[in-house]
Amino acid sequence: MEKRIRVLVAKPGLDGHDRGAKVVARALRDAGFEVIYTGIRLTPEQISEAALQEDVNVVALSLLSGAHNTLFPRIVEMMKAKGLDVLTIGGGVIPDADIPGLKAAGIAEVFTPGTPTEKIIEYIKANVK
Amino acid sequence: MDIVAELLNGSKLAISRAITTVENEYDEATEIMQKIYPNTGKAYVIGITGPPGAGKSTLTDKITKEYRSRGKSVGIIAVDPSSPFSGGAILGDRIRMNELTMDDGVFIRSMATRGSLGGMSRKTAEVVKILDAAGKDIVIIETVGVGQSEVDIVKTADTTLVVLVPGLGDDIQAIKAGILEIGDVFAINKADREGVERLNLEMEMMLDLDQSETAWRPKIMRTVASQNQGVVELVDAIEDHSTFLTQSGMLEKHRFERTRNEILAMLDEAIKIYLMKKVAGSKFESLTTEVNERKNDPYSAVKSVLSEVLK
Ligand SMILES: Nc1nc2c(ncn2[C@@H]2O[C@H](COP(=O)(O)OP(=O)(O)OP(=O)(O)O)[C@@H](O)[C@H]2O)c(=O)[nH]1
Ligand SMILES: [Mg+2]
Repeated sequence: MEKRIRVLVAKPGLDGHDRGAKVVARALRDAGFEVIYTGIRLTPEQISEAALQEDVNVVALSLLSGAHNTLFPRIVEMMKAKGLDVLTIGGGVIPDADIPGLKAAGIAEVFTPGTPTEKIIEYIKANVK
Repeated sequence: MDIVAELLNGSKLAISRAITTVENEYDEATEIMQKIYPNTGKAYVIGITGPPGAGKSTLTDKITKEYRSRGKSVGIIAVDPSSPFSGGAILGDRIRMNELTMDDGVFIRSMATRGSLGGMSRKTAEVVKILDAAGKDIVIIETVGVGQSEVDIVKTADTTLVVLVPGLGDDIQAIKAGILEIGDVFAINKADREGVERLNLEMEMMLDLDQSETAWRPKIMRTVASQNQGVVELVDAIEDHSTFLTQSGMLEKHRFERTRNEILAMLDEAIKIYLMKKVAGSKFESLTTEVNERKNDPYSAVKSVLSEVLK
């Protein structure tokens, strides 16, 4: 059986709608990935734990509420503490000025609104471990 | 990391890696399964199936919480279909179970069917063994069942719970499609909706018609999973079935059958692989040509191949 890339699509934080995350989830499925979709308003603890139990290759975080600078790095740290080594990418409304800081904290790439889903798919295929 | 030792200790990272290894058929898969096998056979396996959107995941979440309050640890395998077009899948059952994620006595794994029919992935039974060996008291498998595709779950589960909902208008169809024959316990979920009485009556009537001579009459329960109603009674019904199986000796009988079928299925595959290795080649090609040109017939061809291979 061939290996399948498994992606956890998760929405940390308190913002309530997940249209964007669902669009991404569907595009990833159509690209042949297995997408574990966990819904909205998850804590960093829940996201890192789900990543552990699902043994995903990629965690795709989406956030509109502006708490990315605290939440994204915390999730990366928690996954590391659990012994996970996953490609973590972020998306949502993220100011350019925040991107270097997020990358330094272990977010491999940041996709801002309007990025075509093909770009995300290409990025994952090229960088997944 | 000694994955087997850690898995037997209940390490979640080890459980997770072992499942991936088995699911992707990595080289170490057989060795892991061989080593953990002596530690399997302890968990009680519950299969939950029913039409899309019936509330299976919500019910799984609530059933698990009830088992947790009774002191049992739980492993959950949530199976969703792979897309036949892309091979990808959206596995969304976890959405209803997020509250269980931080419970150390629960492990949830989502699986895609990866092209296998019958509602389960080809590897689901092995993942059950991994969770079993890791010490889970209860293993729950959730699969989507539409008509006749849920037969596999019956072969793997000790108790099969079929979730139905009132008012779909196709109640009788579901019954015809054989869904009634596989349930040990039924949950009429979304019992807050209209049509419960009718569905219940129809199901009782169908069960009355059932000619099979098992001493267990399937129980029909009512639940509102989203409001945690009827769940205690539902778990009691599952436990009643479990007690019935144990006391009647049928649990042992079923498990013996399952073991036999497992060995046969593995033997079948091994023989197929062996045969194809032996048979393939130019000789087989020319034999095919002979048959195709009607110089030989397929019956004689099979006979000659077999006598050659099994010499
Ligand atoms: N009214 C009502 N809604 C319910 C009940 N149980 C679940 N639901 C809702 O039904 C919807 C589907 O529930 P799920 O638990 O995801 O159903 P499922 O059978 O697992 O769905 P699939 O896995 O997609 O086949 C959700 O919106 C639930 O909140 C119930 O007893 N009454
Ligand atoms: Mg479900």
